[in-house]
Amino acid sequence: MSARRIPQWADVTLVPLISLLIAFALSALVILAIGEDPVRATRLMVNGALGSTYGWGYTLYYATNFLFTGLAVSIAFQARLFNIGGEGQAMLGGLGVALACLFIPWPNWWTAIIAAMASAALFGALWAMIPAWLQAKRGSHIVITTIMFNFIAFSLMNYLLSHVLRPPASMDPATARFPAQLRLPRLHDILEPLGIEFSRSGPANVMLFIALAACVLAWVMLWRTRLGFEIRAFGQSEPAAHYAGISSVKIIMLVMLISGGLAGMMAVNSVMGGPQRLVMNAVEGAGFIGIAVALMGRSHPFGIIPAALLFGFLFQGGSELAIETSIPREMIVIIQALVIMFTGALDNMVRRPLEAVFVMLRGR
Amino acid sequence: MASGETGGRQDTAAPAIELRGISKAFGPVQANKDVNIRVRKGTIHGIIGENGAGKSTLMSILYGFYRADAGEVLIDGAPVQITDSLTAIKAGIGMVFQHFKLVENFSVLENVILGAEGHARLGPSLAKARKLLADLAREYELQVDPDALIENLSVGHQQRVEILKALYREANILILDEPTGVLTPAEADHLFRILKGLKEQGKTIILITHKLREIMDVTDEVSVMRRGEMVATLTTAETTPTELAELMVGRKVLLRVDKTPAKPGAAVLAARDLRVVDAQGVERLRGLNFDIRAGEILGIAGVAGNGQSELLEVLAGMIPGTGSLEMNGRPLDLSLREDSAHTRREAGVGHVHEDRHRCGLVLNFMAWENVAFGYHHKPEYNRNRLLMDNDAIRTDARGKIERFDVRPDNCWLTAESFSGGNQQKIVLAREIERNPDLLLVGQPTRGVDIGAIEFIHQRLIQLRDEGKAILLVSVELDEILSLSDRILVMFDGRIMGERLPDQTDARELGLLMAGVTGEAA
Repeated sequence: MSARRIPQWADVTLVPLISLLIAFALSALVILAIGEDPVRATRLMVNGALGSTYGWGYTLYYATNFLFTGLAVSIAFQARLFNIGGEGQAMLGGLGVALACLFIPWPNWWTAIIAAMASAALFGALWAMIPAWLQAKRGSHIVITTIMFNFIAFSLMNYLLSHVLRPPASMDPATARFPAQLRLPRLHDILEPLGIEFSRSGPANVMLFIALAACVLAWVMLWRTRLGFEIRAFGQSEPAAHYAGISSVKIIMLVMLISGGLAGMMAVNSVMGGPQRLVMNAVEGAGFIGIAVALMGRSHPFGIIPAALLFGFLFQGGSELAIETSIPREMIVIIQALVIMFTGALDNMVRRPLEAVFVMLRGR
Repeated sequence: MASGETGGRQDTAAPAIELRGISKAFGPVQANKDVNIRVRKGTIHGIIGENGAGKSTLMSILYGFYRADAGEVLIDGAPVQITDSLTAIKAGIGMVFQHFKLVENFSVLENVILGAEGHARLGPSLAKARKLLADLAREYELQVDPDALIENLSVGHQQRVEILKALYREANILILDEPTGVLTPAEADHLFRILKGLKEQGKTIILITHKLREIMDVTDEVSVMRRGEMVATLTTAETTPTELAELMVGRKVLLRVDKTPAKPGAAVLAARDLRVVDAQGVERLRGLNFDIRAGEILGIAGVAGNGQSELLEVLAGMIPGTGSLEMNGRPLDLSLREDSAHTRREAGVGHVHEDRHRCGLVLNFMAWENVAFGYHHKPEYNRNRLLMDNDAIRTDARGKIERFDVRPDNCWLTAESFSGGNQQKIVLAREIERNPDLLLVGQPTRGVDIGAIEFIHQRLIQLRDEGKAILLVSVELDEILSLSDRILVMFDGRIMGERLPDQTDARELGLLMAGVTGEAA
């Protein structure tokens, strides 16, 4: 019986935490190198993102985006499919939200949100379906096709927003504003009746809870349903799945539809919960950050919750940094890149020495 | 048992290769045990043995893929440390693998110089290689168009490129691993002419094969391996296929299995003109006709790679085939659909896959998940249309673990963490307890310890006595002889003959397995 070389608790907590510390330490060096004070920068980031309910409102708003896109990547990765197309699928999801909100007169926010979610998921799923079909039937690698589809999505949205959906009088490549009654309840609106004071302007809204519910549902799907059983089996070993009579076409198609649908639903938060209209680049790179979130969260629906929070914090803290100091906005991209590099790509750099430590400890 | 140390023969020249006391273990499996061999310069030396006898491991050690646990390698009488394939090439060893290592979209010339470019600019090396290729083509009938792309060449020509690669690196010792496995008979004959030509030029050739005819045709000396040991080295001219077959399979004490005579009933499965063509277009099953009856174990004997794997997989619905297949009088669809393997299970076919690591189990799944694997649709494993009943699966898994004596008896461990024998028991428990009308069993005791072997055999007999049909594929002749009620011998995708276990022996089967029918007919 060969035991795991490293206890599971350490694998899911120690490894990412140590990776994170290394990433932050390197970031501090870079900040020092451009002549700024890393301690002050840290304080600004923490204060900006977590120091007020206003900051929390933004941090959680971004985290909601990353929960959806992170979940999308994670579910695909459980079947060993690398869905890089979250960005494009979310863009199309945005289109779905805009169409549902602009052209049907919903009486209130909750009827609209149901329609918007369905429409966003549908558009995202359809956008993922083409690469999925190409992978399942033609063997075209999903990484390549989903990347391509990001570019196509970008051009398509560009065209639609500047030529088709733009109100005639506007100079801005964006849709008209959605009707006011479709404004989603924000945390302020939800928490006030409970007597909790929360900033009115923080955009975090009900979609946060829906994102968390989606994580729970994804967990149930993966570990409690036949489909999840088949997805995980397929991801672990394709020949074994074939032996068990599991259809690879079915798994690839279903997984990618679910993944694309989740990526698309991110747009309900960023379009309906944010500017209340569809603008260019409504996704703001969340599709790609979803990859980092999934890597850091070990592709586990619960693992991505802290990971999404961390990236929400980095995103919000980073904008504060850009406002308050001469540290450019790009600095935050560097920090994010370092975090992604250490928690995702260079994961073994931490795990191997840690394994050695555990083997040593066990040897005693 | 270092034979040859006494030096009965007057060898003035040092042997081209000498291996002394080579041992190599993979975990508990001893792949090579104190192997000694001397290969004389300028000869073709055959190495034969059943699959898993340790031939490939030995050659991998010689080519630097594995490090031996003990022993030494001498080339031309001088000890060498072969740490990787580069040192092996420097020592003058060239290897032609069973699966070619060529870059498909490179030309022949580019493949030949790959890794031996010599210069930053390719021009001079290409010119040199082109000239050398022309010389070799003249000398040894090794004609290949130097500018053809590998992907456009036939398998036989690709193999020539592999040989050319080795010669370009100035190999004096050429090792060929099952070189004729992929060749047509005409291509094989051509290969042997090339090898004889090379021998005349003073090259030393080691030919690894399990085909007795090839050994008899081209080798000067032959070494026989069995279960990791070198059991004999003989002069080919002084031996016979019969002697070699006996040495290969050995006269082992048969494992006795307590069983009453079979009471076979009606045919459960009837196969007519069953054919399988693989992805490369090679016909792997060439028209099989056979029945499997209820209450009997039909054993398939054969050296691995003669179509047994394809037979199991086509019956299990994992690969497509042609011909006709009837189960309990109802036809089965031989074309491959996405869920053919599932449909086959529903029709009452159980399948213990011969490769439990790759197919039979999901190694990272826990034991209880593996118990449901392939049967996860069954109502007893599901609460409702949506949710699985993991508690029920675990309860069932605990029962199976107890009844099949799986150790450790913990269904929360991943399949990976069990020993080979216990992994196999998990698979068997899953398949046998479904009570299939037909159970396909591939290599049931491969990598399984003695204690578990007996248990597994008893379980199979028990299932037979319950009136089920069993198709048993094994490269272990002992197993075939002691378990089967009837034996079919397969060679090269065909059935060479049918024998009853009490009217045949390992020697006769060994000859049939090697494609020799003369004596048996």
